[in-house]
This record gives sequence, C-alpha cells and structure tokens, in this order.
Amino acid sequence: MKNKTYPLYYIIVSLLSLGLCILAGILGGFQYIMPDFLKEILPFTALRPLHTLFALAWIFMASIGGIFWYMQKYEHYKENSSGIMKWQFWVFTLTGIIIAFCYVLRKFEGKEYLEFPHVFYIPILTGWILFGIYYFRSMLSSFRKWPVYYWMWGTGILMMVFHFTQAHLWILSYFREDYIQNLTMQWKAGGAYVGAWNMLVYGSSMYVMEKTSGDNRSSHTPIAFSLFFLGLVNVMFNWGHHLYPVPNAEWIRYFAYLVSMTEWIILLRIIYLWKKNLPQEKKKAYNISYKMMMLSDLWIFLNLIVALLISIPAINFFTHGTHITVAHSMGTIIGINTTILLSSIAYLLNGVRNFSERMEKQMKRGIRIFHISFIGFWLVLIFMGIERSRWIYFSENVLFGAFQDSMHIAHILFTILGIGIFVGLYILIYQLIQHIVLILKSES
Amino acid sequence: MYRLYSGIFIGLMLVYAIFNAVIYTNKPDYGNVRLSPLAVKGETLWLRNNCNACHQLYGLGGYLGPDLTNVYSVSGKSEEVMKTFMISGVKSMPKFDFSDEEQNALLQFLKEVDQTGHYPDRKARFRYDGWVEFNPKTIQHEK
Repeated sequence: MKNKTYPLYYIIVSLLSLGLCILAGILGGFQYIMPDFLKEILPFTALRPLHTLFALAWIFMASIGGIFWYMQKYEHYKENSSGIMKWQFWVFTLTGIIIAFCYVLRKFEGKEYLEFPHVFYIPILTGWILFGIYYFRSMLSSFRKWPVYYWMWGTGILMMVFHFTQAHLWILSYFREDYIQNLTMQWKAGGAYVGAWNMLVYGSSMYVMEKTSGDNRSSHTPIAFSLFFLGLVNVMFNWGHHLYPVPNAEWIRYFAYLVSMTEWIILLRIIYLWKKNLPQEKKKAYNISYKMMMLSDLWIFLNLIVALLISIPAINFFTHGTHITVAHSMGTIIGINTTILLSSIAYLLNGVRNFSERMEKQMKRGIRIFHISFIGFWLVLIFMGIERSRWIYFSENVLFGAFQDSMHIAHILFTILGIGIFVGLYILIYQLIQHIVLILKSES
Repeated sequence: MYRLYSGIFIGLMLVYAIFNAVIYTNKPDYGNVRLSPLAVKGETLWLRNNCNACHQLYGLGGYLGPDLTNVYSVSGKSEEVMKTFMISGVKSMPKFDFSDEEQNALLQFLKEVDQTGHYPDRKARFRYDGWVEFNPKTIQHEK
C-alpha cells in the first residue's frame, strides 16, 4: 500500500480529538455543579464549542482516515498522488488547532456548532474538496462495480461540501434579515450535515461488517441499495423535527413528519443479519471490533425508539428544548458513531498487527467502564429532560434558577457518569494509540 | 444495475434541488417579521459572544441558561433589568463588557425575535393524528 502512514496519522489525530472532546465535556459538566469553576478562564461559552469541535474532528478524522485506508485495499483502486492526502490532512489538522485557539480566546462568529470566524469556511471547504478529488480520482473508473459503501462515501463527501456551504448562507443579508428563515436554514443545514457524516460512518460500518463476515455479496444486493437511497432521502428531507415549534410553513414540518427515520430500522436489520451469519472464529479474530459493533447495535435500537417518538409532533412538543434531545444526539454521536468508528479503527489496526492479549484485556476493561457509564449517563439525560419538560409546561412561577438548583443532584450524577465515560474511553484511546505507534515503529 | 442506481440518484438530486429552491426563495413560508439593522447588530453580538452556548431561542441552544424567545414580552422584566442581566455575570454567566449601545442592540434583537412567535406555546392545540397546531403571533413588524 502506497499511502499507508497518513491514514494512521488521521486516526491518531481523531483519537486525540476524542480525548479532548470528553475532557471539554467533563469541564462543562463541572460548571453545572460549580458555576464559578473556570468561569473566567474557560467559560461554558468556550467549553461547549470546544466540546463539539473535537467531537466533529473525531468523527471526520476517524472516518476519513479509515476511508483512505480501506479504499487502497480495493482491487480496482487507481493509484493516486499522496500529496493530496497529505494536504488534506494538514489543512484539516491545522485549521482545527487554530479554531480551538479561537474558541479559547473567545473569538466567535458563526452559528451553533460552527461558531468559528467565517474565514475558516475556506480551508474547511478546501479540505472536503481535496478529499473528494482524491476519492473520485481513485475510485471513479470502477464506478460500475461499486458496492453500496462506496456510494455512501462518495455521496457523503458531496453532501458535506453542499451542506457545509449551506450552513454559511445565512451570512447573506437576503437570509439574515428574515430570522425565521435563517433559523430554518440553519437547522436544515445542521440536520443534513449530520446525515452526510452518517453516510461516511455507516459506510465504514458496512465495510467492516462485510470484511469480517467474508460475505462480499451483501453490499451489492438491491436491498442494500434500496436502504442506501432511503437513507439519502432522510439526509435530504428529514430535518424538520428540529423545528416543529418554529413558526415556518406547516408543509415544511409536515414533510419531515412524513419522511420518518426508517434508516435506523434498516441499519439495525443489516447488523442483526450480519451478527446472525458471522462465524465464531471471525468473531474471535476481530474481538474488539466485534464488541464495539455490537454496542452500536444496542444504541441503534435505543435511539430508534427515541427518534421515532420525538418525530411525532405531539411528543416532540414536550421533548423539544430538553435534555431528551441531548440524549438522542449523545446516543447517536457516542452510542452509534463512536462505537462504529472505534470498531472500524480496531478492525483496521488488528489487520496490520494483532493486538496483544494484554492490550485486548485492557481494551475490554475500557469498553466495560465506558459502556456502563454511558448507559447511566443517557438515563440521567432522559430523567433531566422529563424534569425540564415538567418545569416548562406543568409548573407555575418557578424561576429558572430555582429549577436548576432543584436539579443539582442530577447534575452531579451526570458529571460523575461523564467521568466514567472519560476513564473508559481514555483506556481505549491509550491502547489504540500505543498500538499505532508500534505499527509505525515497525514500518520505519 | 448501476444505470438504474445512477438514474435514481440523479432523480433524487433533481427533486432535492427543487426543494432547496423553494426553501430558499419562498419568503411567505417564514412569516413577515424582518430584523431591523439594530436587531441584526444585536444578533451579531449574540453570535460573537456565543450566547447560544447557554441560552436557547425556540428551544434551540444550550441548557445552562433559560430560553429567551419571549423574554421580552412574558418575563415581566423591564428593559433596564434585562440590560443589567447582560452585564451582571450572574452564576456561571461570564461578566460581559457590553456598552450601552451594544445592550440596546441585543435587547432589540430579543424584542424582534419575540415578535416572530411563541415558545413555549402553552396554548398549542393537539390533533388526534399527532400533529400540533401552534398559535401564530399577530404583531406585524414589516420594515
């Protein structure tokens, strides 16, 4: 393989980003229980965007690194210049570092989740375009033979470029002065943006499932493609549930109500079938990867229930603007995306060099701590959401400050469980980075 | 099969292009409130200080602080009290150094957001099919 080291660099950066993401989250959690904690140095206004910046960096770098690695193993892969990959890596890494400094220095300009100064739109877009150039130059000649996950990756890249641009259209005064349209477009872009990265992540999950099961036919079947197109319809149109209470036209929200979140059911079915068909010896050979993929299975199931419920406007009415929405997004990003990406990384690394027994033991311990803590964390979020909804709709004259004070115990529990997630994932991150260093050393 | 898949893909993209054109251009879909230049300036301050990290508008944003969609009309607080809050540094809120002019701009932004609708809408009506009918605001704020 020609470009072998850079995909591993992507994975190192992604794992470091995951570590920083959790750290920022924990520090933010402390500010819920001790309002003055780091208030002057790193207020919540800086910690929250840092937390989401590193979460996005984790997802993007782990997905891109994995895709760069997997595509080079494809029999029809056309050799490409490693320069594009290197440029892409440095553009994303350096831009991410500068944005993190901007947040620490409290230099914000953008909307929620993309709070960085507008100028960074250019390097980020350039990074996605470079990734697209590399991907399509290497893969387009074999387009007719593509399994479904290559379609997913290609579509994910195109959708990323489009929705990232769309997320910045509000800067134009045509949209800016119309606050409701502005808000609608922000969440249209944001919702579709998540869908676009899900194309990259789910494509990776399908790749890992196919390779570990040894069944190369499943990704070429009409069912796999029907599910892909259904997923694409969801990426395009299923964002309105973020905006049910926003006073835009009813048809916008009706449309979203109709386009349900069927893609979750579909992915669950695929993983279920894969689990059923996977021979025992393969399960053993990819032990860590298999364990993580099975965790994503559980979280798809739990998130499916939450997603379906909050897509019903009458239920969304009570859950919108509460921690139940956070539970859903955490369930998606940590429960599904993170477990799939960790599974992909474990599969990739184990394929290069087997994990030692000691490493596997440590990682299993990390997974256990992470998962027990995460289940508790998620349940506390659901509880906090119910309490917040009760406060919003069923209490009279209780001020926000009094309500927050009444939630103090829940905030403490939420932070302790966050520390559990932190410990579990740090064990995993440490072992995985250590393994990459061993690989890089043996290569050199 | 790749021809069929390509056809479906292109077809979906065309539908999506039309959908986007409608979302971008059909202004009546978003009511008739337009932000004044002072409110736009207030929104810029809102973004530059990342107020959304802790506060929500229409339930969208962080949960460390309260939702401010209708703070102007239903909180019972005077403009002076609201401006004091902006610079108070109460609890985990940073102590912002807004000038009088900036406080007025932020207040104008919140005032005009307030005119766009209700959140939370306690008088919304539920239908048997799971749909919710919200109450539109009647205040007109055309430029």
